[in-house]
Parts: sequence; structure tokens; C-alpha cells
Amino acid sequence: MESKFEINELNLYYGSFQALKDIGMIIHGNKITALIGPSGCGKSTFLRTLNRMNDLIPGVKIDGTIKFDGGDIYGKDYDIINLRKKVGMVFQKPNPFPKTIYENIVYGPKIHGERDKSKLDQIVERTLKEVALWEEVKDRMHKPALGLSGGQQQRLCIARCLAVEPEVILMDEPTSALDPVATSKIEGLLEELAEKYTIVIVTHNMQQAGRVSDFTSFFLSGKVIETDKTKVIFSNPSDKKTEDYITGRFG
Amino acid sequence: MSARPQMEHEISVITNDLLEMTELIDETIRNAIKSLKEKDSDLAREIIKDDEKIDDLEDEIKDKCLKFLATQQPLAGDLRFMISVMQMVRDLERIGDHCEDIAKYTLRFENEEYMKELIDIPIMADMAAKMVKNSIDAFVNKDLRLARKVWKADEEVDELFRNIYDELMGFIERDARKANQSVMFLFIAAHLERIADYSTNICEETVFAMEGNYVME
Repeated sequence: MESKFEINELNLYYGSFQALKDIGMIIHGNKITALIGPSGCGKSTFLRTLNRMNDLIPGVKIDGTIKFDGGDIYGKDYDIINLRKKVGMVFQKPNPFPKTIYENIVYGPKIHGERDKSKLDQIVERTLKEVALWEEVKDRMHKPALGLSGGQQQRLCIARCLAVEPEVILMDEPTSALDPVATSKIEGLLEELAEKYTIVIVTHNMQQAGRVSDFTSFFLSGKVIETDKTKVIFSNPSDKKTEDYITGRFG
Repeated sequence: MSARPQMEHEISVITNDLLEMTELIDETIRNAIKSLKEKDSDLAREIIKDDEKIDDLEDEIKDKCLKFLATQQPLAGDLRFMISVMQMVRDLERIGDHCEDIAKYTLRFENEEYMKELIDIPIMADMAAKMVKNSIDAFVNKDLRLARKVWKADEEVDELFRNIYDELMGFIERDARKANQSVMFLFIAAHLERIADYSTNICEETVFAMEGNYVME
């Protein structure tokens, strides 16, 4: 199995508070990895270290290494713009730009210099098809994205992320603001997307982690307690703390 | 207070039901052999009639497990516990069926004298009944040592079964008139051997519920 990210001895501090402690993990390519753990355990912070989103927060200090396809993303001269293009992100609340559906998708490619109208059209159709939204919106491409339902908006955000041809998609509780039908559509999508992309998903929904992911990593108080195949984590975890958390004894 | 009161409550209700079913099964095995040994046809008829009670208990416990799975969505140890209970009640129900079959043999013998006094079959029945009870106790008390001990005890039952087989085959070879009863007793011993086997399934389920594997030795 190809490893997409190799994380070693990663520590992260917000000022004097240590949010991540000695994290070591491998994230496999073209697999879905779920990060679970109680609020404040560091899973979202960890997710954001993978495309250096934490750099934008004042007072953050990071040591250790994260290798992405072998390159140390915190190393000197690492191309962060390219990293963020390759490692896209989808957030908890759907956050389309207050623009048309079409403009939302082409925004990224345009920033990266794509001006060819027919190429942009192709990107729009390809990505909307990838997120199974094409049939629903093809006749109102130039209508405001904010007019879509919550579930459609989230799929649009995923399509917007795919438009710059990333290799990895980071998802921070992508369905927690959606109803069960919209959630189920996104979950169905994840499996298909994993054929082309590597997905790392933070979720508070244990059943969701169980349903969609290949690997699960349990975080607690800034540490990784256990990472294993999802089937093992949810049926027979090695660590008692994992068992106690997933069976609702705390958290 | 527990962090998960509803879940703990449902687990304890299901555990109590399982214990109730076990008590009923224990009594049924003992009565099946008592009715055979003492040629008590009324007791045998009662066992056949009461098998329905065991079937109903199985359905009831399975329903509760199903509700638990659907509404509590258990994971890890809780999930393995429920899966194990569902297997165990099926095993207990099967044990009930074997007792019913033994009771039917008692009725077949209703009007004839036994060719010999029953000695080994009641011993075997007592061993099997103890194994069933201990296997469920091991599960309920999370006693891995006991589960593995009961599992191992099956060898003794198997050995006794082989002795009974040899003895009965000897009867058949020596006197064809005894073949009919010998075969009947052999069937009864085979039912008891199966009952002991079901108790080993229960032991395996106990190890699975606690450790997530089926390593018995």
C-alpha cells in the first residue's frame, strides 16, 4: 500500500499549550482515513497540519516531520501553494462563495492561471459529475450557489476542491450540518472518490467512521492512541481507552 | 451514575433473560434424563410441551438484542457481547430440541422394560448439564478461565460417549434382540454428546465476546 503522508514525532503548540503530542502515523494513498476522538483532542488541528493551514494561526509552533509523497512539507523552500493545491479541504459547514455555481468551480483553476473557456467548461462538468451534482444543476449553472440546498452546497464545495486536481481531500466533519439523506449521498460519494483521491476525514459520528473509512485513528488529549483498520478499531480495538471512547463510556 | 445508563440497563435485562433461559434449560436436561431413567411418561410429555417456552424465550431475547443493535448501535466489546448472546440463545434453543428428542425416546419405551439399568447415560447427562450451566456462568461473569475449562471438559464427555458406544455395540453383537434398545440408547447418548458440544460453542462465544478471537487453548 502506497503511503501518501508519513508523520513523525509531530508536536504542535498554540502558544504554551501543546495541542499535538509526538504524533506518528502513516496515511495510505487512495484510502479513506477517519480521525475520531472527543472535542479538543487535536484531530482537526492534526488535519490542518497536513496542508499547513495552521500556519495562518498566530502563535502556532510545529516541530517534527510530515512527508507528503516523500517531501517534507515543513522543510525549507517547500512550495506551500502547490501543497494546498494538491491537498484540498472541505469544511463542516458548506461554504460556497457568494457567486454562481459555475464561478465557484472555476475560481481555483482561474487563480492557477487557466483562462481557456472550453477547458473551464470541461472542469465544471467533470467535477460536478464526480460529485453527482451535474444532473441536478446543469440547467442553472449561472444561478447563485447559495440557492442550493445544504447537501448540494456541500457537494459543490467538494467539486470546487476537485477542480484544481488535488491528490488528497481533507474533510472536517463534512456532513455534521446535513440531514441523513444528504449525508448518505456524501458518504456514497466518498467511496467513489477514494478510487482517485486520498481522503482524510474528521468525524464525530462513529457510525460514519465505521461506514466510510478504511483506517481509523483515535485521538485523545493531543495523542494518537491507536490507528488500525477500521474494522479492527470498531470490533476489537487494542487499547482500552479506544474501547471506552467508542462505546460511549466517556467523551 | 454510569455514563451510559440506558445501554447498561438493556445489557443487564438481556443478561438476566439469558440466565433465566439457562435455568430452564438446565432443568429440562435434568428432567429429560429423570423421565428416561424413571420411565416417567408424564414428565416426558411435559418436556415436549414446554419446549415452546424455550423457543419463545429465544425469540424474546433475540428481539431485545435486535432492538439493542438498532437503537444503541453498539461497538467493540458491546457489539461482540450482543453477537455472542444471539449465538448462545440459538445454541440453548437447540439444546432444548435435543431434550425434547430424548423425551420422545422415553415415550417409545413406555411399555417395555429396559434391558439394563441406566448408569453411564445419567452420568453423561449430568456432565453435559453442568457444562451448559458453567458455560453461561463463565459468560455472564466474564470468567475466561472457566470458559476454557468447560471447553476442555468436552473431551471427557466424548470419551464417555465412546465407552457407551462400545458397550451398546457389544450388546448388539451378542444378542440381536437387544439391538432396538441399544440403538435407542445410542441415539440418546448422541443427543447428550451434542448438548455438550453446544456448551463448547458457548465457551467459544465467551472468549470471542471478551477477547475478540476464538483462541481456546
